[in-house]
Amino acid sequence: MLGKVKKLGKKTLVITGNYAVAYAAKSARVEVVAAYPITPQTSIVEKIAEFVETGLMNAKYIRVESEHSAMAACVGASAAGARAFTATSSQGLAYMHEMLHWAARARLPIVMAVVNRAMATPWNIWSDHQDSMSQRDTGWIQFYASNNQEAYDTVIQAYRLCEDEDIYLPAFICLDAFILSHTSMPVTIHDEEDVDKFLPKYEARHWKLDVDNPVTNGNIVTPDHYYEMSWSMDESMRYVKKKFPEICEEYKELFGQWHGVFTKGYKIDDAEYVIIAPGTLFEESCVAVDMLRENNVPIGALKLRVYRPFPSEDIISVARKCKMLITLDRALSYGFNGPIFNDVRSAIYGETGTPVFGYAVGLGGRDVTFNDISSIVRDATLKLEKGLHSSFVYYGLKVGEK
Amino acid sequence: MVSIRDMPKEELLLPGHAACPGCGAMIALRYALKALGKRTIMCVPACCTSVIQGLYPHTSIAVPVLNIAFAAAASTASGISAGLKARNVEDVTVLAWAGDGGTYDIGIQALSGAAERGDDIIYACYDNNAYGNTGIQRSGATPYGAWTTTTPTGKKEHRKPLELIMLEHNIPYVATACSAFPDDLYMKFKKARKIKGPRFILILSPCPIAWRFPSWSTVEIGKLAVKSGAWVLWEYHNGKLEFTGWSKLIAEGKLKKIPVIEYLKHQGRFKPILKDEKAINEIERRINDYWKFMKALKEALK
Amino acid sequence: MVKDHIILPVSKPTEGSMGKTGLWRTFRPVINYDKCVKCLLCWFYCPDIAIKIRDDGYPEIDYCYCKGCGICWHECKVKAISFVREGEEVG
Repeated sequence: MLGKVKKLGKKTLVITGNYAVAYAAKSARVEVVAAYPITPQTSIVEKIAEFVETGLMNAKYIRVESEHSAMAACVGASAAGARAFTATSSQGLAYMHEMLHWAARARLPIVMAVVNRAMATPWNIWSDHQDSMSQRDTGWIQFYASNNQEAYDTVIQAYRLCEDEDIYLPAFICLDAFILSHTSMPVTIHDEEDVDKFLPKYEARHWKLDVDNPVTNGNIVTPDHYYEMSWSMDESMRYVKKKFPEICEEYKELFGQWHGVFTKGYKIDDAEYVIIAPGTLFEESCVAVDMLRENNVPIGALKLRVYRPFPSEDIISVARKCKMLITLDRALSYGFNGPIFNDVRSAIYGETGTPVFGYAVGLGGRDVTFNDISSIVRDATLKLEKGLHSSFVYYGLKVGEK
Repeated sequence: MVSIRDMPKEELLLPGHAACPGCGAMIALRYALKALGKRTIMCVPACCTSVIQGLYPHTSIAVPVLNIAFAAAASTASGISAGLKARNVEDVTVLAWAGDGGTYDIGIQALSGAAERGDDIIYACYDNNAYGNTGIQRSGATPYGAWTTTTPTGKKEHRKPLELIMLEHNIPYVATACSAFPDDLYMKFKKARKIKGPRFILILSPCPIAWRFPSWSTVEIGKLAVKSGAWVLWEYHNGKLEFTGWSKLIAEGKLKKIPVIEYLKHQGRFKPILKDEKAINEIERRINDYWKFMKALKEALK
Repeated sequence: MVKDHIILPVSKPTEGSMGKTGLWRTFRPVINYDKCVKCLLCWFYCPDIAIKIRDDGYPEIDYCYCKGCGICWHECKVKAISFVREGEEVG
C-alpha cells in the first residue's frame, strides 16, 4: 500500500528536463526505482533520491551497482507487481541492452528516461541519438521529448500506455543531453492525487510473481511457441497505435497539455516541404520554418514524437500532401544511412513517390542551429529541382579541412 | 538435526523435471524448497536449473519463478524483494538460485552489490564446479587439477573462495552445504528463512556428468568431499562461525579426515593429476590451509 | 482475463514438465519389500522425487518419473533395492 506523501499540489516550476522527469516519477507514484549514475542522467536519480529521503515520494530506491542490475531490479520489481522506474544514458543504456530485451519479452510495463548521449569511444557526453536508436529492436516503445514539459507529461502518459492490458510493453522517453537535461524551462507539475485519476495504481492483470498463484516466467520455450510470443509483442505495438491517441486526448482534457500523439505538425497544412525530426531537432526546425516562411519557402515541420512503433500512417499522410520530405538523423546506421531516413523511406514505399532527402546532423553534440536547418532545406530544394529523388548527406562534415 | 521421518513430505520440486539422472543440484533444490516452503519466490539465472524446469507451458517448480539473465540473479532478486515490500507483501522469501558460473563469475558483481546494500534475499549457489549446462567448461569454482572441456589437461588454478568473499561482506548469514547432506542443508535454509537481509548459502552439488562418476555415486562423492576435508560444512551467523555435520566432527578430532586422493580417485575429471604426486600434494596443502584459516577464523570470532 | 493477443512466456507447475522421464531409464531400481526396513533413505536422496511413501510407510518407486540414476540402490543400507537392466527380471 502507498503511504501518505507530502502534498505539493499543482504548480509551475522552472526546472531542467532531468528534474521534470524526476517530478514525473513522483507524480506517477513510482513504487520502485533502481538506478545507477551516468552523466548527464545524474540529476534525475539524485532528485528522486531526495524525494524519497525527504518523504516526498513513497518508493523503494535500490542504488544498484550497474545499469545491468538497474534494469534487472526493475524487471524483478515489475514482475512482483510494482510500478518500476529507472533512468540512464549512453553506455549505461548499452550496458542494459540484454535486460531491455528481457523486460519487453517478460511483458513488463517499466518506464525509463534516456538522456541521449553519444556512444564511446572516444568519450563524449554531448547529445546524440546513437544510444537509443541502437535499442530500436528490443521491443521498447520509444518517445522523444522536445521540451521539458513534454518530458514530464510523457513519463506519466507512458505508464498509462504500457500498463494497458492490450499492451504490457516497456517504454523509454528520450531527452537530448544538456539541451533538455540541463536547461531550465517552465514545467507545470501535478499533484499525485490528480494524476491518480489518469493513472490508477498498477495492477498486473496478465501475470506476476504471486505465491498464491505460482507460475514460472521464461523457462524453455521451443520453436513451436516462441514465434507467437514475438508476434504478440509486435501486435501490442499495433495496439499502441489504437490506444495512445485516446490516452493523449484524456490527458489533454485533464491537464491541458498536448504534445501531439505520435507526431505533431508545425505549419504543415499548406507545406510543400516537410522536415521530419525528433526531440529538440524538431523545436529548432520550427525556428527555421518561421525564418524560411518569411522568405516564402513553403515549409513545415513534423515532430517524430514516437519512434517505435513507427508512425507510418502519419508520415504517409503528410507525404501524400507535400512535394518533399527532409529527415534529420542524430545517429547513423553504419553502412546504411540514418535510421529515421531509412524508416521514413520504408514507410512511404508503395504509398507515395514523395522524394526524401536525409541529413545526418549534430553527431556527438555538434550544434544544430536554425541556420544549419535552413541550409539543409536549401540543399534539399536544389536536389529536388535537379529532379533527384533521394539522398543522404553528412551535413557540415569537416573531413579534409586543414 | 531433523530426522528423515520429520522432513516435510510436501514437494515443491515436482517429478518429471529435466535434470540428468543423479543430479546433485536437484537434491539440494528439493530440500531448499522444503525448508523455505510455499511462500517463496525464486529467480533463476542461466544455469542447469533454467533447463531443469522443463518445457513451456509446464514447469517443475511449484513456487513462482522468474528466469533471468546470467549476470542478473542477485539484482533481480533485489528488485523482487523491493517490489514485494512496496506492495506490503509480507513473509515471502526471495530466493536467487544460481549455478557456480552465474555466481563466482558473471554474477559476482550483482551479488556483491546486493550484499553490500543489505537487500532482503537468500542467494543460494549450487556449485557443481563448472559450467555444466553449456557442456562442462571451467569456472571460477573449478578445483585445481580438474578436467573440463576448456582445461583439457587439468585446471592450473585453485577455486575462488567465494564463501569467504561473501563472509567479508558482513552479511547476517553465510553457510556452506552439500547435496549429500540434505538434512544439514535443510536446517541451514530453515535458519536462513528466519533472518532478514542478505543471506548466502553455497552448496557443493556433485555432478555425475561434469565430474565423471556413475550417476548412483552422487551422494557418496559428496560425502567423500566432506570426509576428505576438500569441502567444509560451516555456517556463520550472529558474528559466530560454527562447523556443522561431519566437518564439525573433523574439527573436533572425532572424525579422521581421509586423504584427498580417496575423494579424487572416483572422479574421471581428476584423471590428469591422479598419478601426479606434486599436484595431489598441492591439493592437500590447499585443503590444510583452508582448514587452518577456518579454525583460526572460528577462534577469532568467538 | 489476459487478452488473446498477449502471449506470455508463463508456465504452470505440472508433474512431468519434461514428459515421462522414466523413459530415460536404462537400469531400474526394484525394491525387495522382504528386506526393506522403511528407513526411507531412498526417498530421502532421490533427486527425481520418484519415490513415494505409501500409507503403510514403505517406499514405492514411481517408474513414470524414475530416471534410474541408482542412488537409492547405492545408498540402501540393507540392500533391499536391486538395480536391473530394463527389460530384464530381478535375478
